[in-house]
Order: sequence, then C-alpha cells, then structure tokens
Amino acid sequence: MNKRKVTFTVNGERHELVVEPNELLLNVLREKLGLTGTKYACGKGQCGACTVLVNGESFLSCLTLAVAVDGAEIRTIEGVAEPDGTLDPIQEAFLDSSAIQCGFCTPGMVLMGRELLNRNPRATEEEIREQIKGNLCRCTGYFSIVRAIKSCCEK
Amino acid sequence: MKKDPKDQLSNYEYQFIGKPVPRHDAWDKVFGRTKYADDFDMPGMLFGKVLRSSYPAAKILSIDTSGAEKMPGVAAVLTAKDVPNNETVTRFGQTHQVGGFEGLYRVLADKKVRFMGEAVALVAAETEEIAEEALARIKVEYEQLPGVFDPLEAMNPDAYQVGEGDSNIICNYQVRKGDVKEGFSRSHVVVENTYRVPFVEHAFLEPESGIAWIDDSEIITIRVSTQVIEHFRDVADVLGIPHNKVRVIAPMVGGGFGSKEDITVETFLALLTWKTGKPVKMTWTREGSIISSSKRHPYVMKYKTGATRDGKLMAMEAQLISDAGAHVYLSPWVLLYSTVDATGPYDIPNVKVDSYTVLTNNTFTSANRGFGAPQVCFAYESQMDELARRLSLSPLEIRKRNYLRKGDALATGRVLEYGVETEKTAIKALEALGEPSMPSSPTEKIGQGLASGMMSYGRMTFLHDTSRSYVGIELDGSVTVRCGVQDIGGGQASSLASIAAEILGVPMEEIKVFIGDTALTPIAGTTTATRMLYMSGNATLKAATEVKKSLLPKAAEMLEASPEDLVFRDKKVFVRGAPARAIPLADVVKACAADGVQLYNVAQFNAPFRELIDFKTGQGQVFPDFTFGSHAVEVAVDTETGKVRVLKLVACYDVGQAINPLSAEGQIEGGALYGLGYALTEEVILDKGITLTPSFSEYLVPTSVDAPHVKTIMLESRDGAGPFGAKGIGEPSCNSIAPAVANAVANAIGARILDLPLTPEKILRSLQKL
Ligand code: FES
Ligand code: FES
Repeated sequence: MNKRKVTFTVNGERHELVVEPNELLLNVLREKLGLTGTKYACGKGQCGACTVLVNGESFLSCLTLAVAVDGAEIRTIEGVAEPDGTLDPIQEAFLDSSAIQCGFCTPGMVLMGRELLNRNPRATEEEIREQIKGNLCRCTGYFSIVRAIKSCCEK
Repeated sequence: MKKDPKDQLSNYEYQFIGKPVPRHDAWDKVFGRTKYADDFDMPGMLFGKVLRSSYPAAKILSIDTSGAEKMPGVAAVLTAKDVPNNETVTRFGQTHQVGGFEGLYRVLADKKVRFMGEAVALVAAETEEIAEEALARIKVEYEQLPGVFDPLEAMNPDAYQVGEGDSNIICNYQVRKGDVKEGFSRSHVVVENTYRVPFVEHAFLEPESGIAWIDDSEIITIRVSTQVIEHFRDVADVLGIPHNKVRVIAPMVGGGFGSKEDITVETFLALLTWKTGKPVKMTWTREGSIISSSKRHPYVMKYKTGATRDGKLMAMEAQLISDAGAHVYLSPWVLLYSTVDATGPYDIPNVKVDSYTVLTNNTFTSANRGFGAPQVCFAYESQMDELARRLSLSPLEIRKRNYLRKGDALATGRVLEYGVETEKTAIKALEALGEPSMPSSPTEKIGQGLASGMMSYGRMTFLHDTSRSYVGIELDGSVTVRCGVQDIGGGQASSLASIAAEILGVPMEEIKVFIGDTALTPIAGTTTATRMLYMSGNATLKAATEVKKSLLPKAAEMLEASPEDLVFRDKKVFVRGAPARAIPLADVVKACAADGVQLYNVAQFNAPFRELIDFKTGQGQVFPDFTFGSHAVEVAVDTETGKVRVLKLVACYDVGQAINPLSAEGQIEGGALYGLGYALTEEVILDKGITLTPSFSEYLVPTSVDAPHVKTIMLESRDGAGPFGAKGIGEPSCNSIAPAVANAVANAIGARILDLPLTPEKILRSLQKL
C-alpha cells in the first residue's frame, strides 16, 4: 500500500507524518505521538473511550483514518488544560464532582463535555445525557459525570 | 475483638476522614497522564497474541505451527508442550491451604478444548499484523465432541464429561438449621418459585493488557492490569522458577469488577518473554475479552419460603445450581457466598440449603462484583414480596418482622457482632422514594419496589487473610505509604492517604502512596472481596499510629508537655488547647532522626482466623462482617411495548464510616447502575457454547440515557470492622437493585417475572401479549 504524508496539529503542535492509508488516528496518536490519554476500549465505535476533537467536533479516533484528518486541528485530553497546567473548568468540575473513578472513560467524557459547552453553554441535563450517550462508563453510573458537566453550564 | 472507634481518636472531629475531597489519583486522570497497562512501551518489544479454540468442545488431534514459525518477524510460537508446568492449581493470593477450593489452572489447552475462546497457542512477533497473520497460519486439527451446555443436564451421571474427571459436579454445600418440614407445616402461606439469572460480562472499559520483560538481574517483570499482583507465584510455578524471580507491577486499573482477579495475560506474557528474551506486550480486543474472560455465574434457584399469618418467616428451603462453565476457577468460593447469603438478612428458624456448581462447555465463570450475592438476593427478595402479597402485608412490613439485628445469628450460626441497620436503610429508602408518579400515557403502569440485601466484606475467614502496609515520615514531614494494593478505580490507594493524613496530621497532597509492586511494596493481598479498605486500611492505620507513637516522646520533650496532650495537625505538633505552643512536624522528625528514632513502621493486619466450616451443615463463621442496605425504585412499564423505564432509584446503605464520602457515594451510584444493567438489559447469550454477544452492540451496558435519577443515602453506624468503624461498600452496592426493579415491575403489572434480565419480551409474555 502507498504510504501518504499528512499534516495536522495536535494540541497546537504541528506534525508532519507518513502514514499507511489504513492507519487509524487512534494508533497514530498513541503509538507515533505518544499521546496515550486517548484510549482503546472497543475499536468499533461502541464506547467513546477514543474520543478526540477534530476542528472542535468530537470524533471516534478508532474509526477515523489518519489520512482523513489531513490539515485538521486535533485536540486530545492532553491538550485540554492550558500549557502551563491550569485546568480547564470542565476538568475542575470533574475533580470537584468526583466524576472520576477508574478514569478510563474520563478523557472521552471530558472532551464530550468540552464540545457540548463550546456549542451550548446552557445545556440542560437531558442534553448532557444525550451528548454522552455514546460514551460508556462502567464505574460511576454517569450521575457524577452529568453533575460535573452541568456545573459548568450557565444557569 | 470489637473496636470502639472512640479508642482510635478522641472524638469524631476528624480532619480528613469523612471529608469530601477529590481523590489523590484524580488529577493525573483528568490530565490524561495516568499510564494504564497498555500505555507503557519498552524498546524492542514484541507483540503477543493468543490463538483461541474454534469449538466449545473438541479433541485436539494435532497442531502444526511450522507455517507460523517460518514467517519473518515471528519470534515465538508456543503450544502446551512448550509450557514447563502447563497445569497448576489456582490459588488467588491465598497463602493458607484449604482443601476443596483449588481448581485446575491450565495455561494452554492440551488434547481437549473445553470452551470456545480457550487459549490453544501463543505467538510473539515484531508487529501486531505479523502476529495476527501467524495465528492464521497455525493449523489445529480438531475432532468435535458433543459437549454439554446446560448445568442441570451436566449433573446427570451419564452426561458428557467436560473435564477429565468422572463428574461435572465441582462441589456441593449444605446448610441445615432446625427442621424445614416442621417449619412449613406451621406456615400459613408457602411460596415456591424457580428463578433464573444469566451470564454477565464485567465490561470494564480497559481490556486485559500487560507488558513483560526480563530485567538486568534476570527477573521476569510483568506490568499488568490486575486485581491480584500475588499471581506472581502462579506465574513462577508455571515457569518452574523460584517465586522471587517474578515481579508483578499493577498500574492503575481501568476497571476490574472481579474479572481481573483471575490470571489474564500475565502467564502468556511471562512465557513469551522467557522464550524470546525480549519485552512482549499483549492487549486483548474487546471481542477477545468477551469470549474468553470470566463471566458472572448463571444460577437456577428453587426457593420455597413459608411464613405465618402475621408474616413471620418459618422456613426456607433453597436449591442453588450454578453454571461454572468450562473451568473451576473461583466457582466453589462464589457458590459458598451464595449458600451463606441464601437466607438474606432475615431471621429464619428452619433452613435447608443445597447448592451445586457444575462444569459445562460454556465460557468459564468466576468473580463478578457481588460474588454470588446478587443472584440469591434476586431470589430471596422476590420471595419476600410474593409472601407479602399473599398475606396482604406491605413489602416493608413483612421485612421489618423478619430482619436480622445485631447480636442475632445467621442460619450458619454466625452471630452478627457489628452494626446491622437493614431496617433503617429500608425505611429511609422508601421515604425518599416518595409517592408514585402519574403515568405519562394510558398504556403506562407505574410500580414501586423495595429490596434489602446483605453482602460480606473481607475474605472468607478460613483463608486467614492478611495485609501489610508501610508508613514512613520523611525529614521534611512528608509521608510515604507503601502498600501492595491494586487500585481498580474505587479509590483504594487514596483512602490509605486519607488514613495516614488523619493520624499524622499531614495534608493529603503531602502523602505519597506507592502501590501494587511485588518487589517494592509490602504484600497487601487482593483487591477483591471488598476487602481493601478493611484490610489495608487497618494495616495503614496501625502503621501510621506506630509512627506517630515513635515521634511523641521527642515532641513532648520539645514542647515541654505531656505526650497525651499533643495534637498532630497541619504539619505541626501543638499542645491541645494552646495552639500557639506549636512546632513544625519536620523539626520533630529531624530531631528524632538525629536521635536514631525509627521513622517508619510496617504493620500487618490479620482478619479473624477461623476453621473451615462444615460443608454438610454450613455451621461456622465464613465472613468477618457484612454490609447491609436497601434499594427502592419506581418504574414505568409500557404495557404495549414491554419497555421498563426506571423513574426513581434510591440506594441506602450503612457504610459504617465513609472515609471519603465522595468515593463511597461514587461506589453506591456506580453499583446501582451496575445492578440496573443486571436487572434490565445485560445478558451474555451463549448458543451451544458460542457467544452471540461479543461486542457492546449486542451486550447492552446501561448508557447515560438509561440512568435514572439516583438518590444516595449513607448511614454511618461507625460499627464496622474496618478502620474508624468503616464497612466495605464496593460490591454490596450492586446487590439488591435487580430484585427491587423486579418487585417494582411486579407491582406495576401484577405479574411476577422469575428470570433476569426483565426484557420487554418477557414482560409482554407475562402480560399474555406474546
Ligand atoms: S475505542 Fe473507539 S469507540 Fe470504543
Ligand atoms: S470511571 Fe471507570 S469507566 Fe468511567
């Protein structure tokens, strides 16, 4: 298969990479860029653990080819806080609401929350639940995650 | 001996215990920095893969690995003949040898396969693609065998034999108390039903994963997602090397729920790295995980329960049959839990329980959150509601007349010596549930349901469980805890930080907890059986208290006060009532160091050690203590579609003392949804041993839109066996949801469904609409 060159930014940093045409974004992030915050949990688009933001929109990186995001701006969990380590309000909220247990779903949940807040800072509980319904969490029962996102919404 | 929490601290004004604070592990997790098993690489590592059997029951006639071995990039291909000790026994970090509790652990199938998904061969190769291709080139010739897939059938003496023995029945326990015949004859009503519960998948998000390498002193090191680092012994036994030549490290685990209690990838990794001399990594796919890892045991439960006219239970007879699947693993233990818990939190004068666990050619079953308790809870709590209905008593009233209380004995003779607040949990749960809602459509029916349950925390007392913890104070006053716990997301490590912080008066941020490494942390036992807080919490409490004791004389001298008057707080030591008379803790530590005072302590905590119980009568002590609680739910059942919506859910538990209320609440909320999946949607469907639900699109875990409002009520009796009077909550929290939902559905539609999950199809059938 013919390798292809792709260019994109991840968390503000520009990357030029040579990838296989069938290479998944998930594997490029984890293996080539060492960004292991993005998780593999099903590989079939059924759990949301691999969620990243591509041009601000949530994507399942286990179903996204690296060549398909050529030219895009990608944000992973590692790029949610400020470069100086200041937490994003959504991260603060996850800490305060104790919305983290094993933490394996957390990267996907935080990014889904971030996407929703960017689009709809006044989201209702129902809209929040709808937003994260493709993201499985086996530990928390979702209650604390919903509370965390809700606490970031304007009243 | 029963502890008075007041002995440990002068009053309940704790600084850290019982305070809602974010867990210390949460920061790394929210930054995406936590390195789980698969997030860790080694230079030059190979990728390991497993060839799994294509049939649930077959003879292996031959295996030809030559095609795979020849492939460039393939470093090793292993079959049973390459494993030094392919067959050992499973022991699960158990150091006390007890007969009847050991199952065969066979690393790779040899001669015969017992279930679809059983490991037959291993490959290590330079890339995952090559490893995958190599698996395809291994030729296994099978002769299919009939197999047996129903545990009741498998019990027949002439049934197909799953293993090599002469019976599929692994074991049988009995509980005998009083005379059930007599009890039933004195009963006004007798309810008899047969309940069935399904196979359940743990569905943790992080699939089984690990990496192994040989370090520069020839130690096989395995960094693995596990609940039991003590499998290092089993790995060493398989390789035939001394136990101290294997090191297991457990990073943060992305969910376990019991399935990572069994060996998963660690032996495979050890074998491949041992054979190739190179680091090897292995992560299972979700499908690989679902078809080959353990499941919750399905049970068939025949219950007969009798009560007097005024609702006093007179007799209970139960027959429990569990499907162990293809290998023994923890089935005898799980069965014993079910057997002891079979009566529920009720005082019953006449009891007869007979239980069996049976091999079949289904996927093997082992530990799953609740460990045999939720199965029987579904049955005994459904029975209670049926009795109430027949006697025209309210579900709460009949329970109130029968709840066990502190000081009462279980059917096994064991006297409950710690807090038993079941009645209070039921009353509070029902109160919080409130009045029934109005149906939102003419076809909808509303129902409310209550269920109570009991489940142990701490391992079975005849296993003689122990834990150890190291607490040391550094010259700057910061604190180091070393404890071999596995943190599977329940805050296991963080609670130790809270305990050390409380005793030594050092802020949580200045406590570092090192966990899960057989080479560096004292062995603390398994993160299973809801034992970690109880066991390692107590060990840490003991060690921290000793460290404090060793600092006291010097501090007293420096402050010119008597040791009893000193308070450790905010990294200072001061005189009670005179906070101005204070010195920095670091100064005390430095002065102690100069005097050669020991600045650390390694403490061991032993659970009560008891003899093995009598398996013919069930008499004796099996558990250190139990956690009691109740769930109340309200459902709306659509009588046209059969769909159940849970409108309200209240969970009320006596947690003894919440070490961190946010963590305890998180367990109760998470446990509620875990149990709700059991009630409504979750079922691993096997058709003659073939898994029909190998992904999350067939196996339905509850999502955010299925989760109702949950209200958590925590009672704190401060009367548990754990540190500060805590009880364990991790597993008990999912216990009584399913029967509460079943009782609510029965209340809504006027018909009882005896099988989980309560699918729309079953509901419509019970309404005679199918
Ligand atoms: S790993 Fe991508 S959706 Fe599950
Ligand atoms: S916190 Fe474990 S899966 Fe969500």
